[in-house]
Amino acid sequence: MSSTTTPDAPVFVAKTTGGRITDFVDQRVGGSGILREFGRKVFPDHWSFMFGEVALYSFVILLLSGTFLTFFFDPSMAETHYAGSYTPLKNVEMSVAYSSSLNISFDVRGGLFMRQVHHWAALLFVASVSVHMLRVFFTGAFRKPRELNWVVGSVLLILSMAAGFTGYSLPDDLLSGNGLRIIDGVIKSIPVIGTYTSFFLFGGEFPGTMIISRLYMLHILLVPALILLMIVMHLFMVVVHKHTQYPGPGRNDGNVVGYPLGPVYAAKAGGFFFIVFGVVAIMAAFFTINPIWNYGPYDPSPVSAGTQPDWYIGFVDGALRLMPGTIGDWKVEQIWFGHMFTFNVLLPALVPAGILFTVMFAYPWIERWITKDNREHHVLDRPRNAPTRTAIGMAGFVWYCVMWAAAGSDLIATHFHVALNDVTYWLRALFFIGPVIAFIVTKRVALALQRKDREIALHGRETGRIVRLPHGEFIEVHAPLDEYKRYKLVGFESPAPLPAVPNEHGVVDRKEKRRAKLSRWFFEDRVAPATPAELEAAHGHHGAHEAIETAESKSLSH
Amino acid sequence: MGNHSDGGPNDSGTVATAGQNEVEKFQDPGIPPHRLRLADTDPKAAKKAERQVALLFGISVVGTLIFLVAYFAIDLGQDSAIATIRLQNALLGIGTAFAMLGIGTGIVHWAKALMPDHEVSEERHAIRTEEDRQAAVRIVDDIVEETGIKRRPLIRNTLLGAVALAPLPALAIFGDLGPRPDDKLAHTLWAPAPDGRLKRLARDPDGTPIKAADVTMGSAFHVIPEGLNELSEGKLNEKAKSVVLLMRLDPALLNPSPERADWAYNGIVAYSKICTHVGCPVALYEQQTHHLLCPCHQSTFDLTQQCKVIFGPASRPLPQLPIAVDAEGYLVATSDFHEPVGPTYWEREQHVLNNNA
Repeated sequence: MSSTTTPDAPVFVAKTTGGRITDFVDQRVGGSGILREFGRKVFPDHWSFMFGEVALYSFVILLLSGTFLTFFFDPSMAETHYAGSYTPLKNVEMSVAYSSSLNISFDVRGGLFMRQVHHWAALLFVASVSVHMLRVFFTGAFRKPRELNWVVGSVLLILSMAAGFTGYSLPDDLLSGNGLRIIDGVIKSIPVIGTYTSFFLFGGEFPGTMIISRLYMLHILLVPALILLMIVMHLFMVVVHKHTQYPGPGRNDGNVVGYPLGPVYAAKAGGFFFIVFGVVAIMAAFFTINPIWNYGPYDPSPVSAGTQPDWYIGFVDGALRLMPGTIGDWKVEQIWFGHMFTFNVLLPALVPAGILFTVMFAYPWIERWITKDNREHHVLDRPRNAPTRTAIGMAGFVWYCVMWAAAGSDLIATHFHVALNDVTYWLRALFFIGPVIAFIVTKRVALALQRKDREIALHGRETGRIVRLPHGEFIEVHAPLDEYKRYKLVGFESPAPLPAVPNEHGVVDRKEKRRAKLSRWFFEDRVAPATPAELEAAHGHHGAHEAIETAESKSLSH
Repeated sequence: MGNHSDGGPNDSGTVATAGQNEVEKFQDPGIPPHRLRLADTDPKAAKKAERQVALLFGISVVGTLIFLVAYFAIDLGQDSAIATIRLQNALLGIGTAFAMLGIGTGIVHWAKALMPDHEVSEERHAIRTEEDRQAAVRIVDDIVEETGIKRRPLIRNTLLGAVALAPLPALAIFGDLGPRPDDKLAHTLWAPAPDGRLKRLARDPDGTPIKAADVTMGSAFHVIPEGLNELSEGKLNEKAKSVVLLMRLDPALLNPSPERADWAYNGIVAYSKICTHVGCPVALYEQQTHHLLCPCHQSTFDLTQQCKVIFGPASRPLPQLPIAVDAEGYLVATSDFHEPVGPTYWEREQHVLNNNA
């Protein structure tokens, strides 16, 4: 420090105002190192990277609108008589929570708008987290070194659902009360501790007078704090790892190609926040969400037909609907040793969600074990170039969607004029065969797309120009690709099955055999990327398509 | 870059790609040459883009003004009409949307049209150096070694035991979140009063008692026990257990089992309205088929078979409330339900046995 204060040393003086402010801050709190590291940090650009941004921004919108709502909401379940300006409910007996929700909607200026912004942003939040996870899965972005960030993301998905559900119940209206009733029924089905858990959660018998204030605390303090913590960890790891990038010319595992953070990337990402906010505002302006005044206060007796949970709870509710309670005259619910085993509730409530989340958390390690691939990956896979992974993902996705659709089985029946029971029977069948069909179809489609890529790489793209040759033959002229476009189609890895290898004792143990089997299942159907030699052969063979066929049959075993 | 583990003795990562390295691959041609945008070369286009961005920012200002006007000009007084609220909500939304989208699209357009769009390549540095990596492992080993935890199993085991037991107080505290269930779920308001007076069936929600003569063939009533509305506390808790559906069918259709022969009156039957699946109100009565349908998960119960489950996820029939007619012609419950109503719970079977003992 002293050297800079000696009069002889040349003193650096910033020339612009922005520079002077930067320098002022830096000399007091430091940070020039951070700015130097991040100010021009390169971020790859792709539309599919926006889903994570949408999630982050909708969370910010949730914090803003949620704070507004807490100023007016009262989570008490004390009885009151409504005295607000919504005439149909005048003098109706209800809880203070419901009454204050109505007041937010009808008597607080901008309150209805804020409620709608909050609810739409919540739906968008869970949706964008989900789609973001699908993007990460299908492009293989969860591979080393990002496995832990995938776990953090999975925790965020669960937390976002928890945030949504705890918030959904707060207005204490008829619809959300029935949702809580279902939760209570599911909790009571848990062996040994179920009844006690229900009594502790509700502070006594359902519905009691405690649940709303307890959920409120979870909704505005515990869950958002955990989400915030997880977001910080998530973004910290994004910075440590740097962002992944899609394959293409000039992109490899050793570099990042994209735009510098300042100004282009920051402007695009920052501007995008306002766009997300604007879109949520349009939805809040024109599309009513959760019109609690139509439902009335919670009452254990009435229920409206066509009730739907918020979309992200749908898959659990759908699973509950799909499970038969009796098979013939055999009851799925069993009495063993004088106690109830409520399998008709327990199985659908816990097993599908349990399988989905377990596989989701464990998948990076499962794939790493099968492939023995311990390298770092920063270049993403195009989904077609990892056919088996893509097929597994689609199988899981279709499974989820079947359960999700089942949550609307009554609406499907009324909209399409089909029997409700038939809808359930079909969905029950799809619950089992849907994922299998999805797996097979997806894998074949991915392989077909790879073949198409090969063909385009070797023969060029179809121009639609038909030419008649002197000897009468008609051909379609193919325009060769430039080397950049071609590299995008050929620059990928296509791993072959990895046979079992003996361990250090020279023994191929059973686990290794199982791994080898899975490796074959993973990689036996594969299309190798085109090579320069094949391109040479294709060009030497004007207009002939046989060369590619033979090259392909070598690498594609059926 | 970053592939420190490649070629390690226990690492077979290279095997996965061994087959490929033998085959000649296309060379990476590098980042495609940069193509200039119109605005980069034509000052007129650049000026036009500049004006567009400014226009978008201007739209944002208009949006903010719309919001403020809608907020202050429309006053939500007492008894303001729904239409007014809708109008204000729409205008606040439009205002916010313009304000936000104007800024957002303006900035993005600015970035895309006028800021440099040169893609640049940056080296990806390893997360840590090989030296750090080994040092970290060594440090952890040293720390563990210096604690001596591996050499002193007594310390380790007692610590594990202490840590395992320490959360028990938290569990105890959670135990006070609610009362013990005991047999609360097994009893409802339908039990006869202590003086032996039977409870009348009353209309939901107004609580007026129902005369058997009012129940015409094919009709259905939503029923609560008399006295429910007068409860000063726990009304919803009691209601959640005691709501009943009352229907009148042709007595020939009912087929009661022998022990339930006197549970109905003149074709009038009463069943618990709380679904035996997860507790939704079974609110839909299909008069023609004599089916009861739960709108939540579509469990279907057949009135002609003592509410046996004929479809859906419920496993048990709806509990039946035994009813009769008192001296004044009102319907009364001759006893409480003989089994707990609502969703199944762990201790249910014992409660069934106790109730029937």
